[in-house]
Amino acid sequence: MNPGIDLQGSFVRALIDLGLPSGVAKTVWLPLPMLLMLVVATVSIFICVWLERKISAGAQQRIGPEYVGPIGALQAVADGVKLIFKADITPAKSDPWLFAIGPAIVVIPVFLSFLIVPFGQNLVITDLGIGIFLWIALSSIAPIGFLMAGYSSNNKYSLLGGLRAAAQSISYEIPLALSVLAVVLMTNGLSTIDIVNQQSGYGFLGWNIWRQPVGFVIFWISALAECERLPFDLPEAEEELVAGYQTEYTGMKFGLFYVGSYVNLMLSALIVSVLYLGGWSFPIPVETITGLLGVSESAPVVQLLSASLGIVMTLIKAYLLVFLTILLRWTVPRVRIDQLLDLGWKFLLPVSLVNLLLTAGLKLTFPFAFGG
Amino acid sequence: MNLAEGVQFVSLVILGGLMIFSALGVVLLSNIVYSAFLLALTFISVSGLYILLNAGFVAAAQVLVYVGAVNVLILFGIMLVNKVEVFSEVKNAWVGKAATGAVCAGLFGLIGTMVTSHPWAISTAPAAGDKAIEVIGQHFFSDFLLPFELASILLLVALVGAIVLARREFLPDLVAPQQEALTLPERPRELVAAGVRDED
Repeated sequence: MNPGIDLQGSFVRALIDLGLPSGVAKTVWLPLPMLLMLVVATVSIFICVWLERKISAGAQQRIGPEYVGPIGALQAVADGVKLIFKADITPAKSDPWLFAIGPAIVVIPVFLSFLIVPFGQNLVITDLGIGIFLWIALSSIAPIGFLMAGYSSNNKYSLLGGLRAAAQSISYEIPLALSVLAVVLMTNGLSTIDIVNQQSGYGFLGWNIWRQPVGFVIFWISALAECERLPFDLPEAEEELVAGYQTEYTGMKFGLFYVGSYVNLMLSALIVSVLYLGGWSFPIPVETITGLLGVSESAPVVQLLSASLGIVMTLIKAYLLVFLTILLRWTVPRVRIDQLLDLGWKFLLPVSLVNLLLTAGLKLTFPFAFGG
Repeated sequence: MNLAEGVQFVSLVILGGLMIFSALGVVLLSNIVYSAFLLALTFISVSGLYILLNAGFVAAAQVLVYVGAVNVLILFGIMLVNKVEVFSEVKNAWVGKAATGAVCAGLFGLIGTMVTSHPWAISTAPAAGDKAIEVIGQHFFSDFLLPFELASILLLVALVGAIVLARREFLPDLVAPQQEALTLPERPRELVAAGVRDED
């Protein structure tokens, strides 16, 4: 396997060459990828909001934002500035502590999950052995934040919205985890890097979407429900519940929910592209291209190009999925709460169990194709 | 003490303090919702301790199972049946509290002596780290097979019990007081007023 660029190694070596002790050099390196990932996640909010506004406008034959920045690209910045300067109101009979902590609990796990999102062989904050399991565990914390926000607002719509959000998260976590389990079964490991490497053999023909079509659809539906995107945005269904658990929130506390939902959308899209669409791998393997061109794979220029290509591919796949969710938002009507729970428990759960069983059977029968 | 050990020590102190104080809060606060939220904090700090012990998988499983499932269900239960009720004062309530305190102090003393007197044979083998998942899996399917299967049966029983409980409310309706001959049990329906169908 191509080792790729080892940024950490070269950075630490460069600092040691400058005369720093190796411990200090590694400590200087530590915060850099985390900061970079925070910036990537934050910038992704702006891009997602802009895409959402522009594509929604396109779907409704409007123009959408066009005055704030070039083709309206800075609209999200304007929204953010407005939210920051809004008065931060805590309702009189609310529970001020829980009211303030709730949004933070929703947002923090989402940002933490970026620990395991890979953009290349070494372009990941940590290659944890538990990888994808960490994301499942962290995403299960969010319902506590929803319940906290819903309860502390002291508003019946908020409480109903919080309860709905928690019920929805719990019921869609199970099909989500089961479809991830089928992928993990084929990979023989939970690490996100291993999951991508296992798919990278035959270009786009090797991607998991061909071997796990059912799992892909289940995962996508469940991820939409976990993000509370439109066919499943019941917790904030504005016609029934005002705005669900967000009703009483304003200013930056509301902004945190907003940030959390868009970063979560981006995170889910990235995870889908890692699990099913080959992550950073190009549709035609880079090894084949370099072989055809007759250049060495380990040449510095080729390494740099393939690493950049990997980042671009990951982002392209993720934003394609974001585009799909926005189209879905204006195509599919919202389901009712009973339909939502029926779909989760009576359809997705059995189907994902059968999918897992089939994957295990296929793995035993065709070990060459299903990662024996 | 190098940087890594310092970070570990500080994290241990913070996590330990957080765990003790949130656990005390669970027991001592009178607002049950606060208790439930603090329980989540306790579970999170326990999972932090697991991370310090190089047991990443156990830490994530702790978060997933206890925080994401058990605690959310507790909160769910509290919020769905959050009935504000003023209980009448019980006479000599302090007797019960004192007895509880004595039992808890006794238990604490017992476990404390056990912890200090037991010769802890700490394994010198390196921690499994990322290989822990495979080690745990092998244990589950060899020497811990029986407890593993028993736990799954327990879960199955709980599942069946939950279904039975959830379906039970339909039963009283089915037992109609006087069943006429040659009719199937049916829920009573509101009678449709005559004349409604006129517009057809």
